[in-house]
Amino acid sequence: MPTPCVELRHVSLHYHSDGKPVHALEDVSLTVEQGEFVSIAGPSGCGKTTILKLVSGLMPATRGQVLIDGQVVSGPQKRVGMAFQNPSLLPWRSALGNVLLPLEVVQPHRAQFNTQRKAYEEEARRLLHIVGLDGFADKPPYQLSGGMQQRVALCRALIHQPEILLLDEPFAALDAFTREELWGVLQELWTARRCTVIMVTHDLREAVFLSNHVYVMSKRPGTIVHQQIIDLPRPRTLADTFEPRFVEYVRQIYDKIGEVRQ
Amino acid sequence: MSETLRLRLQAFLPPAIAMLLFILAWEVGCIVFNVDEFVLPRPSVAFASYLKWQTAIWPNALQTLMTTVVGFGIAIVLGVALGAIIGYSALMYRALYPLLIAFNSVPKAALVPVFVIWFGIGTVPAVLIAFLISFFPIAVNVATGIATVEPELRDVLRSLGASQFDIFRKVGFPRSAPYFFASLKVAITLAFVGSVIAELGASNNGIGNMMVIASSRFEVPLVFAGLMVVAVMGIALYAVFAVLERRLAAWAYRSRGV
Repeated sequence: MPTPCVELRHVSLHYHSDGKPVHALEDVSLTVEQGEFVSIAGPSGCGKTTILKLVSGLMPATRGQVLIDGQVVSGPQKRVGMAFQNPSLLPWRSALGNVLLPLEVVQPHRAQFNTQRKAYEEEARRLLHIVGLDGFADKPPYQLSGGMQQRVALCRALIHQPEILLLDEPFAALDAFTREELWGVLQELWTARRCTVIMVTHDLREAVFLSNHVYVMSKRPGTIVHQQIIDLPRPRTLADTFEPRFVEYVRQIYDKIGEVRQ
Repeated sequence: MSETLRLRLQAFLPPAIAMLLFILAWEVGCIVFNVDEFVLPRPSVAFASYLKWQTAIWPNALQTLMTTVVGFGIAIVLGVALGAIIGYSALMYRALYPLLIAFNSVPKAALVPVFVIWFGIGTVPAVLIAFLISFFPIAVNVATGIATVEPELRDVLRSLGASQFDIFRKVGFPRSAPYFFASLKVAITLAFVGSVIAELGASNNGIGNMMVIASSRFEVPLVFAGLMVVAVMGIALYAVFAVLERRLAAWAYRSRGV
């Protein structure tokens, strides 16, 4: 069996908040294969985001190990791209400038950023084209709608060609129409790049639509209580979400979460 | 009329008209209420006095300008440095803030005699007072700008493996730029106040010194001429920083129009 791209081995995370101990994660184990699209679903406050912070190296685990390509994660990872619930664009930069940001920080791009600037800008414009933002490259973030800002954030997460894309409820702050439109955009980006994606969400339709594999977490202390492989053909369309098989998947996961809550 | 010219006029006219109305009201008020020139000279009289004493006023004005700018320059360097330190470190913030407040609560005029004892009469006390009075708003504003950087923006960079210095350069510094420039506009006018206060009692030249001499000779119009010169220099430097702010922190003013 090949080495999994991301692996969590019996990971727990405890910390103190206002003097009280918080058990955010308890004995979480999961594996993500190379090129897979994995979603982690669960009630709010169950530690979903914490898993992403562990994988990205923003936080160390209290117990257990987080591995990427078989190596233990001990600090921030440049192989990782991240997008959050808020687009978190730098307001003083244009859309293009925001997309270019990782290249100014991550090696080896950083060293050649000034000499290769033209090529990098072209690449950034190509990504903006994929997400449908032609002609918006030079606009500042405040002139873009929430959905457009999130598209820019996705491009920024992908520009340095990360092996792993971590998405923290990326569409939760958007209206339903925009959100479902962006599912298609994300699917397209993932198909084009074939990177490994771990997405945290509390929207079960979103999880089923995008993923190969859905993990369900319990309330605090968060632990994996269920996993479901989504065996649906790609590319998936919004019409597919009304198909009985799709609905059945959503229902199964929904029932599991219902059990967990009781 | 071209669009840019129209916008320029829109920006320039309201303050110009307000200023003219103020001077007019002052002039008319003095005439109508028959105010003695010794109490409050009319602006036209003060201006006549300025024209008469021009050659004496300008060297003093330049001296004041120089002390102000030097004190203000030191305030920028140390204010940004200290602001960055207490903005980044919650520990340093807790440790140093009470001390900063304590220093700022000391009336700067009360320090003038102390500085005279330490450094003698001359330029140094004026520079120091200008520095002390303008330092505080800069430090506090830069600290606020840095401390209020959205944690998400910081996480974006941290998740890329950026160093603390990278984060300062890419996020902390540009993010605090609007605060910084806002504080410069306040600080430059305070710096003028500081150097003139020091010159009143502890200098042999400068506008402050000139005003003391003029008032001791009951040349009240000349006192007011001196005040006007200080005010005009204050406006001029304020305008310089306002323009810089528009250039370098334009993104923060997006909803206000030009």
